[in-house]
Amino acid sequence: MTELIAQTPLYGAVPRTIGQTTMTEVDLGWLTSISPYAGRVPAAGAALKAAHGMAWPSAGRMTGKDGARAIWFGRDMVLLAGPEPSHDLAEHAALTDQTDAWTTVQLSGDGAEDVLARLVPVDLAAANFKRGHTARTQVQHMNGSVTRLGADSFLIMVFRSMAGTMLHDMERAMASVAARG
Amino acid sequence: MRVKDRGLVDRRQSVSFRFDGNTYRGHPGDTLASALLANDIRLVARSFKYHRPRGILTASSEEPNALVTIGTGPATDPNVRATVQEIYDGFEARSQNAWPSLALDVMSVNDLAAPFLGAGFYYKTFMWPRAFWEKLYEPVIRKAAGLGALAKDKDDDHYEKAYAFCDVLVIGAGPAGLMAAWTAAQAGVQVILADEDSIMGGRLNAETHEVEGQPGADWAAGIVAKLAAMDNVRLMRRTTVTGAYDGGTFGALERVSHHVATVPAGGVKETFWRIVAKRSVLAAGAIERHIAFENNDRPGIMAAGAVRAYLNRWGVAPGKAVTVFANNDDAHRTAMDMQDAGVHVAAVVDSRKDAKAFGDYKLIAGGLVNGTAGRGGLNAISIQTGAGQEKIATDCLAVSGGWNPTIHLTCHMNGRPRWNADLISFVPTPGAIPGMETAGACNGAFSTSQCFAEGIAAARTSLEALGLKAPEVALPDTENTEYVVEPIWAVPGKGRAWLDFQNDVSVKDVRQAAKENFTSVEHMKRYTTQGMATDQGKNSNVTALALLADATGRGIPETGTTTFRPPYSPVALAALGAGAQGAGFAPERKTTSHVATVDAGAPMIAAGLWYRPSYFPQDGEKNWRQSCDREVGFVRDAVGVCDVSTLGKIDIQGPDAAKLLDFVYVNMFSTLKEGRVRYGLMLREDGFVMDDGTTARLAANHYVMTTTTAAAGQVMRHLEFATQALHPEWDVRIVSVTEQWAQFAVAGPQSRALLNGLLDSPIDNDTWPFMSCGPVRVLGVAGRLFRISFSGEHAYEIAVPARYGDSLFRLLVARAKETGGGAYGMEALNVLRLEKGFITHAEIDGRVTAGDIGMERMMSQKKDFIGKTMAARPGLVEEGRAQLVGLKPIGPVKQLTAGAHIYADGAEPVRAHDQGYVTSVGFSPTLGHFIGLGFVRDGLIRKGEVLNMVDHVRGIQTRVELCEPVFFDPDGGRTRD
Repeated sequence: MTELIAQTPLYGAVPRTIGQTTMTEVDLGWLTSISPYAGRVPAAGAALKAAHGMAWPSAGRMTGKDGARAIWFGRDMVLLAGPEPSHDLAEHAALTDQTDAWTTVQLSGDGAEDVLARLVPVDLAAANFKRGHTARTQVQHMNGSVTRLGADSFLIMVFRSMAGTMLHDMERAMASVAARG
Repeated sequence: MRVKDRGLVDRRQSVSFRFDGNTYRGHPGDTLASALLANDIRLVARSFKYHRPRGILTASSEEPNALVTIGTGPATDPNVRATVQEIYDGFEARSQNAWPSLALDVMSVNDLAAPFLGAGFYYKTFMWPRAFWEKLYEPVIRKAAGLGALAKDKDDDHYEKAYAFCDVLVIGAGPAGLMAAWTAAQAGVQVILADEDSIMGGRLNAETHEVEGQPGADWAAGIVAKLAAMDNVRLMRRTTVTGAYDGGTFGALERVSHHVATVPAGGVKETFWRIVAKRSVLAAGAIERHIAFENNDRPGIMAAGAVRAYLNRWGVAPGKAVTVFANNDDAHRTAMDMQDAGVHVAAVVDSRKDAKAFGDYKLIAGGLVNGTAGRGGLNAISIQTGAGQEKIATDCLAVSGGWNPTIHLTCHMNGRPRWNADLISFVPTPGAIPGMETAGACNGAFSTSQCFAEGIAAARTSLEALGLKAPEVALPDTENTEYVVEPIWAVPGKGRAWLDFQNDVSVKDVRQAAKENFTSVEHMKRYTTQGMATDQGKNSNVTALALLADATGRGIPETGTTTFRPPYSPVALAALGAGAQGAGFAPERKTTSHVATVDAGAPMIAAGLWYRPSYFPQDGEKNWRQSCDREVGFVRDAVGVCDVSTLGKIDIQGPDAAKLLDFVYVNMFSTLKEGRVRYGLMLREDGFVMDDGTTARLAANHYVMTTTTAAAGQVMRHLEFATQALHPEWDVRIVSVTEQWAQFAVAGPQSRALLNGLLDSPIDNDTWPFMSCGPVRVLGVAGRLFRISFSGEHAYEIAVPARYGDSLFRLLVARAKETGGGAYGMEALNVLRLEKGFITHAEIDGRVTAGDIGMERMMSQKKDFIGKTMAARPGLVEEGRAQLVGLKPIGPVKQLTAGAHIYADGAEPVRAHDQGYVTSVGFSPTLGHFIGLGFVRDGLIRKGEVLNMVDHVRGIQTRVELCEPVFFDPDGGRTRD
């Protein structure tokens, strides 16, 4: 029987380890952008909490835990990552399926901060960018999203169509950091 | 020569290096300059204009003379300063700007012609004939005058850019910088200490001062070690802060791998840092200035402080019989250090009549060096003393005209320095860079103790500005000698006395400029080229403007300085452009069908950041036209498949979604029924056409808008502006879904049959009429189907989540092939739309109105929309505008070309007779001839007229008839059936 075969944005090209840093393609599950209608942030937040268990994230923050996260994603927008969104949310917010729109990788290891210092024009030092902090920013020449998951691990998202460029830019930065020893 | 028991180089190890083909030995820790001097090599370069022999003048990054080329082939690095470049085993450097060799440079004939080549020579001589400048004069002059040459090949070395952030950035790690960093670090803030040298410590490594009873260099090494051990301190060695910019941002160049033989795999040569600092402390030190006297540029004539540095830092005596010429006490230390090291000091010539000796050496107080001798290197100097002329044999003259604080960064945001008459130098104006304190020698504090004190104070001020309590830090015990100086800029004399060694500018040139009324310092600079070389006049600016002040009868402060601009020292373009080479130039956006398309051998063309197939070649096809014609046939006769995912797709939801669409499109969308699609035209605020596309109403409050590939970003920005700035009260939400969906055009008479083989529920003309849309299931996957057509055929666009794009594309193409069709690319897509007269951004290029493209009646009279008012401006609606027409050839020449212009038939094809231009052309296999779209004056009412198309570039003239832009199936029956 003919069927459609799903491909990830990076076609399984990762994980890559260079030096102390590893980049892994991540499947976060469903990705849904949630944009509350006028004056409905509290209601959308309550619905999010009730349906998926995490608080509505304020600007620059991520809530939830592995498997079900809410990532601040810009002005009046949160990205729900993990569960299929509850229909209750649709009452208060515009929901848009973005599951296939993003290339998502996790960058982990000792050099992760140094690697990102070559790509992201934001201070990602642990003192200022703690676990659960997120930024919509640039990843080299790409618009993207960067979130700290742990002491030495970050979640990085860029457009799906730019997966190859992301791989290229990350590998260059990882190699450069590795070469410094 | 090396001096025993001096210097910080590692004497236990020896490294071999080559200069101009000869092998020498040095030690780890040597710069090329120190190693050459240790080997008694004094002639290292030829000057830029006159090819005069030049040696090493300084011991730091301001070096104007000793520029060399390192590396070969693509890795060639020209204009490397020998005073900065560290040597390693196997290192090799070449002199530049000399032929056939450094010692015998035939271009030094220029020097004999010097009387004719002074300031303004080029301006006066090469005025006429005007055309000769570019073709003849400039190339010849450039060939004769010059620095090192770049390799013409692609540079395979890697460079990178990076970001760093801190609370306090300390620029310079001399005594002031070290104490500033130490003090700031005690408060626990994030500190970056950047220094251009390989060893931190600055002048502490170059002098013999003691600090806390230790040699200065040892004390510096101790505090650097303590700083290195602190988590909140980041030491950046070999890093020059090159510029100060807005918002506490600094540019800094780190030389990562120039000092090692092999760049580690994946490593970079240089990193260009952008450092964002809440506060900064400039502790950049000072640069010793030269004195102008006749032939003051011979190899062996050096800065007095540099001579001390070579002795104390590198254990090298630059000469066997050293003389000193100075106007200040500080330079006497050169004589004393040399004597301590056992080097003969022939004399100290001090221009001050009341100068006193500080040791047992011959002092000529009130003396002036007014001549030098020695071909290829100094061997004697002439001195004018109270008693007459005296000649002294010497191979090293250490010169000091005082010190210029390194104020450059404080001027990068247009601040102007202040003149300090006591120090006879410019000092920084406080507050010139927001958040920056200045400390130490760059601030005019010249004793080590003053530097320490100012470093501590600057850090404390910075900490307090951050709202922190500043820690008490003890002032280390060290020397606190007063800086005593008396001005002397140029020694009177007839011969040429050099100011700017890099551009061969002499005292006479500056005076000549003044005489010719180039009295502004900015004019003098440009007329003489003083300060316009790669050292940006670090060594000569103050002296030159002092001489200009003298020549124009003004004071130095009134004369002022030229503008110091970033970068402080040269930055390779490779570093500034790092990350943008090759694939890093811009993001490459690839569709889900990319792999299958490239596998099929399709040449890809860039469409913005996207890559799209030009055509899909088949065996036996010799050129693209054959492929294109075949692919057009697929669509007209069977079915073609084309990836259209690159078109912008914007999800629009909310109670006011329809209002927004009515507002941004010229036509009505609130009346569109659910499950239907409508073509829309969008204007900019100035009334010109911005973009076009289709928008589908998926539900009452849910639309999905399609934009062109080229304008997707622009339309998104336009919608953001409309919703955030024009109607923030509307309850509507927009988000791009371009990346979410893989979307394919399936076009041609067999399109429905093909789709029905893949859709879970088959469709027919009643359930899916032209311009309908809705959800479908494709082999069990939820997708969307739009019955729209950009080819004029019965056609659909089918969308599935991007993960299935690759799979669906392969399947669609395979199925299409079974019915005599297949994939088609951009060339065929273009011909298909031309046959139907559909526009692209070739037509709506930003200068056309809706009326120009015959869509005036689409503009709704029942509502307001963006651009409506401005589109009614007289100039946009009056007669005589170029309007969209179809073009077909009617004469013996059948070719049409895009970009050609259109003239009245029989009229001379010159601008005055211009009637319009051609925007798009293609050969229509359906019609058997070329067709085109273009804009012709009042074209909408001139159908049937015959005009003359002339392509001046390609030399083509074709008689054309103006016709309707729709060439094929004008009533659209094929689309609807």
